[in-house]
Amino acid sequence: MDTTAHAAGGSLDTFPKYLLWNARRFADRPAMRHKDLGIWQSWSWREQLDEVRALAIGLQSFGVTHGDRVAVVGQNRPRLYWSICALQSLGAVPVPVYADAVAEEMAYVLDHAGVKVAIVQDQEQVDKLTAFAEKIPALEFMVYDEPRGLRGYDHAKLKDFAEVQEAGRAVMAADDGAAARWEDAVRAASGDDVSIMLYTSGTTGRSKGVMIRAAGAVKAASDTAAFDGLNETDSVLAYLPLAWVGDHYLNYAQAYVAGFCMNCPESAESVAEDLREIAPTFYFAPPRVFEGLLTRVTIRMEDAGRFKKALFGYFIAHARKYGEAILEGRPVPWSARALYGLGELLVYGPLKNVLGFSNIRVAYTAGEAIGEDLFSFFRSLGINLKQLYGQTEAFLYVTVQANGKVRADAVGPAAPDVDIRISDDGEVLFRSPGMFAGYYKEEEKTAETMTLDGYVKTGDAGFFDKDGQLKIIDRAKDVGRLEDGALFAPKYVENVLKFHPNIKEVVAFGHGRPFCAAFINIDLDAMGNWAERNGIAYSSYQELAQHPRVAEIIAGHVAETNQKLAAEPMMADAQIRRFLILHKELDADDGELTRTQKVRRSYIAERYEELIEALYDGSTEKYVETAVTFEDGRKGSIRATVKIHDAEFEGGAAVHAREAAE
Amino acid sequence: MNAPIMPHPVAGTEFRLEAHQDDIPTGQTLLKVDNVSLSFGGVKAIREVSFDIRKGEIRAIIGPNGAGKTSMLNVINGFYTPQQGTITYRGVPRRAMRSTQAARQGISRTFQNIALFKGMSTLDNIMTGRITLQKRNLFWQALWHGPAQAEEIEHRLAVEHIIDFLEIAHIRKTPVGRLPYGLQKRVELGRALAAEPALLLLDEPMAGMNLEEKEDMSRFILDVNNQFGTTIALIEHDMGVVMDISDRIVVLDYGRKIGDGKPAEIAADQAVIDAYLGVPHHD
Repeated sequence: MDTTAHAAGGSLDTFPKYLLWNARRFADRPAMRHKDLGIWQSWSWREQLDEVRALAIGLQSFGVTHGDRVAVVGQNRPRLYWSICALQSLGAVPVPVYADAVAEEMAYVLDHAGVKVAIVQDQEQVDKLTAFAEKIPALEFMVYDEPRGLRGYDHAKLKDFAEVQEAGRAVMAADDGAAARWEDAVRAASGDDVSIMLYTSGTTGRSKGVMIRAAGAVKAASDTAAFDGLNETDSVLAYLPLAWVGDHYLNYAQAYVAGFCMNCPESAESVAEDLREIAPTFYFAPPRVFEGLLTRVTIRMEDAGRFKKALFGYFIAHARKYGEAILEGRPVPWSARALYGLGELLVYGPLKNVLGFSNIRVAYTAGEAIGEDLFSFFRSLGINLKQLYGQTEAFLYVTVQANGKVRADAVGPAAPDVDIRISDDGEVLFRSPGMFAGYYKEEEKTAETMTLDGYVKTGDAGFFDKDGQLKIIDRAKDVGRLEDGALFAPKYVENVLKFHPNIKEVVAFGHGRPFCAAFINIDLDAMGNWAERNGIAYSSYQELAQHPRVAEIIAGHVAETNQKLAAEPMMADAQIRRFLILHKELDADDGELTRTQKVRRSYIAERYEELIEALYDGSTEKYVETAVTFEDGRKGSIRATVKIHDAEFEGGAAVHAREAAE
Repeated sequence: MNAPIMPHPVAGTEFRLEAHQDDIPTGQTLLKVDNVSLSFGGVKAIREVSFDIRKGEIRAIIGPNGAGKTSMLNVINGFYTPQQGTITYRGVPRRAMRSTQAARQGISRTFQNIALFKGMSTLDNIMTGRITLQKRNLFWQALWHGPAQAEEIEHRLAVEHIIDFLEIAHIRKTPVGRLPYGLQKRVELGRALAAEPALLLLDEPMAGMNLEEKEDMSRFILDVNNQFGTTIALIEHDMGVVMDISDRIVVLDYGRKIGDGKPAEIAADQAVIDAYLGVPHHD
């Protein structure tokens, strides 16, 4: 540890300290790559230090100093990542902002954060900020990475990135001590400084600036890097939004502490190809990305020749049976193992190669529930896909699954050094090393989010399962109780049911009611395909939805769902007793869904009150008229007699006794 | 795993299109069309038209269908030989000229109906635009090694700059036949740029595009003009676009020039308004 102490000045509690150390210990190893002009351009840690230092001293010469907030706006590009580190080295606070935010939102964030300088990618961002310049009074100047189209602009408040670095290099050339003074300042910096300010995406109200302190951020990243054994030989494709905690943590923070290489894609459109070329060893994607990949693979295989299709089908079935066991090192008959080896050669290997997954050691997914089938498909190919649960306020990790202890329906035990507690009303609370220092300029909201003894409220309801893994069931405010006091988490029930491809949307009811009941929307594509294959004629959604054989199929799915729910003590009481298939598709035009396709529960409850009553009063059908808005804006109404079905469920009220408190 | 570090000489180098340098100052006449007439048998496509294109400007040629706009471009790049009149390019007057000569002198163009090699990739299509700039003969190119390879790398770098400039990196290796129309148009522009033209002729660069594609294309045209100083003559039907992006406009109707001036002047010109509204003609 002598070298550590020497290079970084005692404790390694900021990322710039790691930069100094990495430039020494991994001097010529790659730190950054960027595909530019069709070639992967690389920078070693030593070169990265040069770039960051020149930029930092340049920014300093233009007046950036300790405590200043500086926005960083753009795609994943080396210069923007260097900006983050350069700002941290000066004790300034980088504030990454979503590049696709509309100008007004961006202006709000920049003004709220009181940014003095904005480092942006290109003309588009310069235009956005210029348009709202008077709303961001503190903004003194902008630095741009890509000069294209900006030649004719007034450069009074604009600087080229290269120009700032030139200024930095000029300072160093004129003053021999400048570089050394900068390094000394980096070594002397305090881990208590705010390392980064991440604005939450703001799905609920205005976005808030989450302040993360340097020492905490470094500690959290070191913990998880050690947990997954990440080191300088790893590599990642940095393609997640720069302003999202996931990108800053998984790519930036872990790269600095572990010393691995970040690869920036050529453009947002070329990510799939770049992924294939880089074949990273560490990968993160939300469930819908994996879903998209599986769909792509499935469609391609549908179009393949008969022989290939048969080969694929055979080996995928084999992988489904033994793949996960082999991945987890569980005992598997040698013959199955040998066949899996052959499959690796013929199918799994080439498939992973095409997806860019050949070298993956650790992959994570998070953000929403992932279907069992989808999850195990990728794991069965030998991809070590795991789940984590986290949020910006935790600087990402709250829970994480360890290698070999992975399940699709839970998110793992507490991450290293994280304390988790479930509050009396079922909310998940945590305390973690990377835990935020508060919301910027919002002491009240910070206080609301914290418990008196210093835990952070996640706003999510969850519980620990029998093997100690946390299960997130719903947003805490949506969780209700059945009439008899049993826990009722609508989203959890809905998600289990929605994993069936025939079901598009589910709305579950049960709060203050004797049992759980559900509205179901069938998936017109999937069920329509089924109808076609089975010679069932239909002319509209409404007609297909009311078909008795469709009801049979859906009843089967509901029964399966109930079995799954019954297997979980906490959820057993929330089995679906009665359900109906809605006579129309829930639609954002009718206000039933948000524009991002999320169910607006309370509005639906109001609008279909009669149907809800019918679910609970024992009737077998109900005539309704529903006002609808057509795509061209005309209003009309749909009349239908909706059938109400009783579902098969397990165990009745027997399991009821255990309640939420556990 | 991590490959060894490659040197990265690219960062910081500014890309320019300057294969066809000349000493004509910006704002002076680059090309002059003098009293040109063109007819096909009895059909008079162009009648005694004169105008000029100044260095560094965006010059639009507009007019109703059949006004002779594309014929005019074909005369400029030597595809048609006018029966009467002269074309003076960079101070050298001529009447007849082969289009290969025009290309060698730095005039390149795109076409109303896309004329790309459908089975070839975006990259290869744009590489073909470099053909007039290749110095090594077929022998060296077939041999590939040595000077030809160095030259190939140089051309490839220029093409990569164009790909980057037009934001088509993600389709670099896609056969152009599989691309949507708007992107094909952009690839065609890329190929024309690859010749590093002094004068770029665009024949309806936005025909058949939706609004968003038109906005993109307008931005690229302005950027080419702004960044590389390339002189551009374009034919376009979308008046909004023409008024927004061009410096000067020449209006043709039934082969005759009926207007010439800045966008604001053209918009107020009665003869132009009549031509577009279809006032009867007397032949």
